[in-house]
Amino acid sequence: MTARIKPPMGLDNAWWWQMADEGKLGIQRCLGCQTLRHPPRPMCGDCHSMEWDTVESSGKGVICSYTVLRHPQFPGYEYPLIIVLVDLAEGTRVTSQLVGCAPEDVDFDLPVQMLIQEDPDGFKLPVFQLAGAV
Amino acid sequence: MPISLKNEAAIAGIGLTEFSKESGVSELSLAAQCIKAACDDAGVSPSEIDGLVTYTLDTTDEIEVARAVGAADLSFFSRINYGGGAAVGTIAQAAMAVATGQATTVVCYRGLNGRSGRRMGQGVSGTISSSDLIHWSWYTPYGMLIPGSWIAMIANKYMHKYGVTREDLGRVAISQRNHALRNPRAYGYGKPLTMEHYLESKLIAEPLCLYDFCQETDGGCAILVTSAERARDLKQKPAVIRGVTQASTRGQEQMTSYYRDSLESLPEMEMAAKRVYAMAELGPDDIDAACLYDAFSSEIIMQLESFGFCGTGEGKHLVREGALDIDGRLPNNTHGGLMSEGYIHGMNNIAEGVRLIRGSSTGQPTKSVEHVLVSSGVGVPTGAMILGRDK
Repeated sequence: MTARIKPPMGLDNAWWWQMADEGKLGIQRCLGCQTLRHPPRPMCGDCHSMEWDTVESSGKGVICSYTVLRHPQFPGYEYPLIIVLVDLAEGTRVTSQLVGCAPEDVDFDLPVQMLIQEDPDGFKLPVFQLAGAV
Repeated sequence: MPISLKNEAAIAGIGLTEFSKESGVSELSLAAQCIKAACDDAGVSPSEIDGLVTYTLDTTDEIEVARAVGAADLSFFSRINYGGGAAVGTIAQAAMAVATGQATTVVCYRGLNGRSGRRMGQGVSGTISSSDLIHWSWYTPYGMLIPGSWIAMIANKYMHKYGVTREDLGRVAISQRNHALRNPRAYGYGKPLTMEHYLESKLIAEPLCLYDFCQETDGGCAILVTSAERARDLKQKPAVIRGVTQASTRGQEQMTSYYRDSLESLPEMEMAAKRVYAMAELGPDDIDAACLYDAFSSEIIMQLESFGFCGTGEGKHLVREGALDIDGRLPNNTHGGLMSEGYIHGMNNIAEGVRLIRGSSTGQPTKSVEHVLVSSGVGVPTGAMILGRDK
């Protein structure tokens, strides 16, 4: 079975995937001004501090936007594939997949909860499901 | 005192290859053919070319082109990044080079086997850890691999907020297909599109269906830029560059600017609009026709708002009134555009802008066309240009 495309693990992003591998959804926090930022960057665009740490997101959020991908179908993914932008409770926004939901049931502003999905090859990534859908 | 580019340079020649789904020739061959055609159109020899500009995505090196067409010694060569966002940016480079004396005869080109060679719709992946690949890696592991998937996220949000329907997107696609029915070069020539057919076509990335997407095309297009003064003595009526700019705004990503507060507008296009109108000392009311970048139909409706042809959320009304049609307020992509003529990455939309100024489009409106607005790729660092008829 062909697996999904893996992210390159660079100095600016590998930690996020390592947190996912540990079952957590990470958010970068500037140590200069405490601003949370995503996607991660090596420098704070506001205070220019290069010092940062991470916080673990509650995984709670609401759907900001979404699309349902039907064609073309790439190996390693299941279709129809629902992609969501999630406004996290912490204030940052993340792009992810909505699982366990029929395409006709996804909508704007629905509350969602993060869960970690593990592929057959052991790769883990944060995905979301509708809140209360457990 | 900074130099304004207003009226400094003009487009004196446009050149195209045949557009097809399988050219059977190399991309270098396409580039050389369209550049020679642009020189012939302008009435200059390729041996006068001393500047070349293309897209970072173009596979054909400037020096390969220069040898192929027998160009002069080159004093200016450069490339613009971000896919179709490069389109009018290449013209900005050429205009700056001409206005500052870096070169006299600059050709901007784009030649691609977009269907038989590397296809945009085949997805992106990679293993080298550059900042650009890390950017894409927030999307590719989740299966967002094609431009339509990235744009759909913005289109869906915009349509939800302002009550834009799939029929509105269909109106854009059909309007441009109707233009293509008059253009023998166009993919859509002889292929009418009805609303029924549009609504029945398969969904690709909801809410976008097959006909909301641009073509995949093999072909080349070149634009020859020289000083406005010299252009007056050449073969064609000059299309004078009244204003041209690039634009990238805070929070900008390539196709996925998802982390701004509002997703229902195009800040980089609003910036391009503000700058290009200021440089040209013109406003939306002065624009008679447009070639708005149209990789996707939704982008047209959003740009009507960015460029001030209507208020926020009102783009759908203009489309419903038929503003984009040949007899409308703003005839748009009168050659069929990227959706119905061919996808030469926006270069062919610039060529159409020039035709509209010359009065030689197959979709020439009956009204007088004094000024034409042309834009670069949507959702990426972009740009805009206003072409004007010489007095």
